[in-house]
Amino acid sequence: MTTHAAPSTSSPEPGGGFVDPDVRVRLYETMVLCRTYEEAILREYHADKGPGFDIGKGLVPGEMHLSAGQEPVAAGVCAHLTEEDAVTATHRPHHLAIAHGMDLRRMTAEIFGRETGLGRGRGGHMHLFDPATHFSCSGIIAEGYPPALGQAFAFQRRGGGQVAVAVTGEGAANQGGFHESLNLAARWALPVVFVVEDNDWAISVPRSASTAVGSNADRAAAYGIPGDRVEDNDVEGVYDAARRAVARARAGEGPSLIEVHTLRLWGHFEGDAQGYRPELADVSAHDPIPRYEQTLRAGGHLADAAVARIKDAAKERVEDAITYAKNSPVPDPASATSYVFA
Amino acid sequence: MTIIDTPAAPAPRASHRLTTSKAMVEAIAQEMERDPSVFYLGEDVGAYGGIFSSTTGLLERFGPQRVIDTPISETAFIGLGIGAAVEGMRPIVELMFADFMGVCLDQIYNHMAKIHYESGGNVKVPMVLTTAVGGGYSDGAQHSQCLWGTFAHLPGMKVVVPSTPADAKGLMTSAIRDDNPVIYMFHKGVMGLPWMAKNARSTDDVPEGDYTVPIGKARVAREGSDVTVVTLSLSVHHALDVAESVAGEGIDVEVIDLRSLVPLDREAILTSVGKTGRLVVVDEDYCSFGLSGEVVATVADHDPRMLRVPVQRVAVPDVPIPYAHALEYAVLPRQDRIEKAVRTAVAG
Repeated sequence: MTTHAAPSTSSPEPGGGFVDPDVRVRLYETMVLCRTYEEAILREYHADKGPGFDIGKGLVPGEMHLSAGQEPVAAGVCAHLTEEDAVTATHRPHHLAIAHGMDLRRMTAEIFGRETGLGRGRGGHMHLFDPATHFSCSGIIAEGYPPALGQAFAFQRRGGGQVAVAVTGEGAANQGGFHESLNLAARWALPVVFVVEDNDWAISVPRSASTAVGSNADRAAAYGIPGDRVEDNDVEGVYDAARRAVARARAGEGPSLIEVHTLRLWGHFEGDAQGYRPELADVSAHDPIPRYEQTLRAGGHLADAAVARIKDAAKERVEDAITYAKNSPVPDPASATSYVFA
Repeated sequence: MTIIDTPAAPAPRASHRLTTSKAMVEAIAQEMERDPSVFYLGEDVGAYGGIFSSTTGLLERFGPQRVIDTPISETAFIGLGIGAAVEGMRPIVELMFADFMGVCLDQIYNHMAKIHYESGGNVKVPMVLTTAVGGGYSDGAQHSQCLWGTFAHLPGMKVVVPSTPADAKGLMTSAIRDDNPVIYMFHKGVMGLPWMAKNARSTDDVPEGDYTVPIGKARVAREGSDVTVVTLSLSVHHALDVAESVAGEGIDVEVIDLRSLVPLDREAILTSVGKTGRLVVVDEDYCSFGLSGEVVATVADHDPRMLRVPVQRVAVPDVPIPYAHALEYAVLPRQDRIEKAVRTAVAG
């Protein structure tokens, strides 16, 4: 069993020749689909919150945590998975759900609180459960990690090479559930890939105020498992690190941890004015999608026609899902107490 | 052709005498034999056999792949149980003391108990969480609580609390086969442990072979006509002791052993109170905002005129469980307090 404590590694430069051209286009395509989805939810969410902003109003009420800017994590990791693999995500789950292949119609219907949704309107956007893709998420920080251990445990017993990917944010790395999970997964060599999305901000508290540890890859070393940190929100760096981690898990060699320095392009949730964020004016300049598109264009992997086709296809799928959700029935209030028990 | 309906009389069931802990282990072993997806996970459940003998002999019989010692890491291993259940296994996970729920409650009430509902019934969590409860042996405020009212208050988990060897077996079998999360709470004082004062009924007849007790059905532990004592767990035995001791004075006590808190057999409570018109609730959990209030509310919601006299509640007053023997016995619902409540009820 490999138990090396890998030092933090820097990622290869985009276009550095590590990734197959077809894969590059697929990574781009996935990121575009995720972003197109979030832009559409943003539009729908704010369409009927007025006058002013009432969080409980509208077709999509409640807290809304959108993942714009974090698409490189979802695209780079999920490129190595099939729907037989498990993913547990956070309160900000859409990009991971989409990249892992969740049915967009049923996902969107759940976000709109409809009877045709994944949870028949009982879950909402932080509680998406999809047996078809072994996907789940939790609104409690770090608490999505422990159930992923159990999925990995079942996979290990079954012996089919399935893996469980457990995703949290960097704020979760200071929680007990994070550390307990790394410890147990390492000791039992469970097929888990732990992913930390470091978007610098735990709502309004910067990472620097929360921990003296510079990289969570170093925390992996404490549990005797490989830790990688991917800088600069680099989708190909994520892809490369995830390739190694998934292969290690599938081979029965145990868990790994990957931290990605990503970007929260928008607020913690919709309605967050982000007054605490000094770099706010500069954020959109770091949007990973135009940057990667430029890289692929410069490398000759993408041209205008392909970009237009990819964006159009994404828009079509997303709008279809939103139309489906809007046309779906709302749950019968008399059924509110159904499904507590099987 | 004539079909003659001659139902066979039920064959007398073979039984053997077991302690409660051995009855519990027998159920687990039989289910592990029957279903390879069942496994047991927790602290000191392997070579030790469970601090309160909940797994004695299972490691030797089923090996370390199915009877698994964990690190002291309840959040991780209860969460592991949840994920394994979601993927179709049937884990039994032990939380050594119910008092330890504080370090792992999020996995229990926000995950294990809610996933089925949040998924609109699409994801099942067929898991049993076993845990030891109760005091009476000076283990102090962090190792003596019952806390079943807290578990039962939070929606999405069934809660069973056996008091006898037969029910320990039957409820464990049902819990393992149930498609929902089930909290299985065993009082240390009913287990028949050789190193703790035993109640006289902690060794008793247990049906052999496949044996289930339905979850959600109370049991009339003793029939009586004057006063109903609704209780559960070790307090059932204290109540039976009282019933026997006052019987000679012509006081006829009915004792209802709830056995399950979720679902609660409200019908059994109403039937008994409808007969006696007098209600004493005995609960080793804290008095306020808990089980005793729920039992009383069950009657009040139905028809408060059923009660001929005010209700008596015998529970732990709202204090942490004290250490010193005299102090602990002052707050536990033991025979002296139960007898006083019964006498007050029948005098009214």
